[in-house]
Amino acid sequence: MVKKLSFADYDIGGFFDELFTENGASRQGAESLIEQINAMSDEDLLSRQRGIEAALMRMGITFTVYGDEAGTEKIFPFDLIPRIVQASDWRHIEAGLKQRIGALNLFLQDIYHEQEFVKEGLLPREMLEKAKSFRPQCVGLNPPGNVWCHITGTDLVRHSDGAIYVLEDNLRCPSGVSYVLQNRLVMKRSFPQVFADSGVRPVVNYSTKLLETMLSVAPEGVENPTVVVLTPGIYNSAYYEHSFLAQQMGVELVQGDDLMVEDDRVYMFTTDGLQQVDVIYRRIDDDFMDPLAFRKDSMLGVPGLMKAYRKGNVTLCNAPGTGVADDKVIYAYVPEMIRYYLSEEPILPNVPTYVCQREEDRKYVLAHLDELVVKAANEAGGYGMLIGPHSTKEQQEKFAAQIEADPRNYIAQPTLGLSRVPTIVDDHFEGRHVDLRPYILCGKSVWVLPGGLTRVALKKGSLVVNSSQGGGSKDTWVIADSKTDVADPESAI
Amino acid sequence: MLSRVASSIYWMARYVERAESLARFVDVALTVSLDHMSSQQWEPLIRATGDEEIFEKKYSEYTSENVRQFLTFDVNYQSSMISCLSAARENARTVREAISSESWECLNDYYLFLSQASKRDISYANSDLFTEIKKQSHLFSGIFDSTMSRDKGWYFANIGRFLERADKTSRILDVKYFTLLPQVTDVGTTVDDLLWSAVLRSVSGFEMFRKRFHTLTIERIIDFLMLDDRFPRAINYCIRTAAGSLARVGGPIEASENEPLKLAEALQQKLANATNRTIIGGGVHEFIDSIQTDLNELGTAIRNTYFAKRTQHMPQSHVHSQKQTQIQSQALS
Repeated sequence: MVKKLSFADYDIGGFFDELFTENGASRQGAESLIEQINAMSDEDLLSRQRGIEAALMRMGITFTVYGDEAGTEKIFPFDLIPRIVQASDWRHIEAGLKQRIGALNLFLQDIYHEQEFVKEGLLPREMLEKAKSFRPQCVGLNPPGNVWCHITGTDLVRHSDGAIYVLEDNLRCPSGVSYVLQNRLVMKRSFPQVFADSGVRPVVNYSTKLLETMLSVAPEGVENPTVVVLTPGIYNSAYYEHSFLAQQMGVELVQGDDLMVEDDRVYMFTTDGLQQVDVIYRRIDDDFMDPLAFRKDSMLGVPGLMKAYRKGNVTLCNAPGTGVADDKVIYAYVPEMIRYYLSEEPILPNVPTYVCQREEDRKYVLAHLDELVVKAANEAGGYGMLIGPHSTKEQQEKFAAQIEADPRNYIAQPTLGLSRVPTIVDDHFEGRHVDLRPYILCGKSVWVLPGGLTRVALKKGSLVVNSSQGGGSKDTWVIADSKTDVADPESAI
Repeated sequence: MLSRVASSIYWMARYVERAESLARFVDVALTVSLDHMSSQQWEPLIRATGDEEIFEKKYSEYTSENVRQFLTFDVNYQSSMISCLSAARENARTVREAISSESWECLNDYYLFLSQASKRDISYANSDLFTEIKKQSHLFSGIFDSTMSRDKGWYFANIGRFLERADKTSRILDVKYFTLLPQVTDVGTTVDDLLWSAVLRSVSGFEMFRKRFHTLTIERIIDFLMLDDRFPRAINYCIRTAAGSLARVGGPIEASENEPLKLAEALQQKLANATNRTIIGGGVHEFIDSIQTDLNELGTAIRNTYFAKRTQHMPQSHVHSQKQTQIQSQALS
């Protein structure tokens, strides 16, 4: 039988491929994987792929498809072929992310206090004032240790030039880390030998590190802090992750109405009566967190939570108000933040960004809509976006009108040739574009999970990796530097 | 433990137990109907659920097919096996972090299996299916018991499981006693033996009964199904087990003022004081009726003492909050 799932005639198609060099040689760390896949029969590979899909279904790692009467549950599509990050690339990424989160935390502390960054003329005041996610309620807040962003998921992409760029910072409630952990679990069951040979760094201790981070930012003087995860509930698309993280940390998963505030302290209703809560990993947006401070119609939040927080009786992770720093316009100023607060040059560059509020940039953007990617400042999930080269004249005209009407709300970037990874397409391999979301924990110290969520655009040629738009995920293998890093233990868990 | 979580675990266990009991009842009815060549098996089953009205609105006759469809696959009937499983799984889903992954995966698998099966035609609601349902329930209980620490979560599940079981044993006994024994002179006939052994089989008690008592008499059946403290489906055993777990969960108030504990204690006392003679003398139906009232009161007291905070917020806020969840922006979506 002819083997179709082979890399023999795999074409990198002129893009940067994460597994193969342009000469078709395996990249460092990928050799064992490629060898084993080439040695496996198509049937064996496909049955492993199906086995993983069945395992994800059985584990209930699903999201509900909205608008479907029957409430159909689907798994987040998963592709068997992992993305590999070499040790040297990872050292660079890790240093860059630590630097970036350091500057972002200093920026948040500054912007809700003295606003030196604005006073110095580095960020136009109107840019800040028009950022919807700037929260006047947070002015003057002092989170424990001045840490605002405890959990960050930063989206990175690699361009055809081989360099890695920061595409966006997710500083509110970044999700997806549970997929990182579960993808690894099912992959270890499928390819135990390759793990042993390749020196893949472990991700399993994420939940331990997360709990340590939470405990390290508890209000001062609390002996044995009680940590909880606050979820909007089972109808939220990320509910699985909320429950998974609570379970892995061994803490309660609470909903808004499991909590109450009395005398500016937060309590949960338990079978033994009220129990005080010290640290809340909240997976509810600012808007819904406390109807007394934010949206009054919120049924998901806890009345009085913000006041308790302000008094220092409870820690919220992430702090409210962090969204201002991942506003797509403010993003353009992060390199300047790094220079200003840290007196360092950015290790990881931003994608060059045109801020439509600047007249010169706007003129350029309007003249080059067919080449650029245009993004609305406050949208996520791949919505409110124009991908120039893939767009129609009508779409471009619509965006032009929107930009003219509200320039502050738009930025534009060159269309990147995102790197690709071989992906199973029916019965053979094709390259598909990927991004990478590593997770950074920031408490008393900063830690970067050696791995991350690799999202893959499963549609041919597509650059949109979001799950709501036909994206899937892959396991991400950060290869250990043989001298300094610990590889993932061989045994599957 | 969060009140909401305790409530969900309790109901999760109750629903799994309910689905299993139902599978058992229907399976035995199916077997007996083959021996007995009569369709009289089916109406009492519906009567045991107390939902004759709902049944009669949808179905014209108490045929084997109709009753099996109603009790097994009917997603619109809230106490069918598929509905129970769905409710058990929804409860488990809201407390995944509080139960072991193994338990959750088992229950999820169980649900997916039954959900698939329920899309097939009624001929698949046969003995093979009911055997599989029983097996899956046992598997779930076994996994739950062997992967969960004996702390509040496990105790609340155990309370739910055994209160549900006590309720089901009492119901099947009540209905069967009423239909099978219109006159005391019926005792000792072969038909009677056939049907009473079916009652025992429906609680998986036939073999255990035989070991203990050998021949079937009404007195012994009452001793065995109601008063026995060793058979795990006997009402007395169930109440004692549930009461033991209740004592272990403690609570927000002193034991002397803890309503569920006091009610459980009273119920145990009532069973300890009863004999088959006093029960038959006072009327079996009347006695079972009073037990069911006691069980309901106990359930209400448990809810008020341990779960209450939650129910005050439901249900209006439920629909609203659901909508908000969906429009919340998610960084990953």
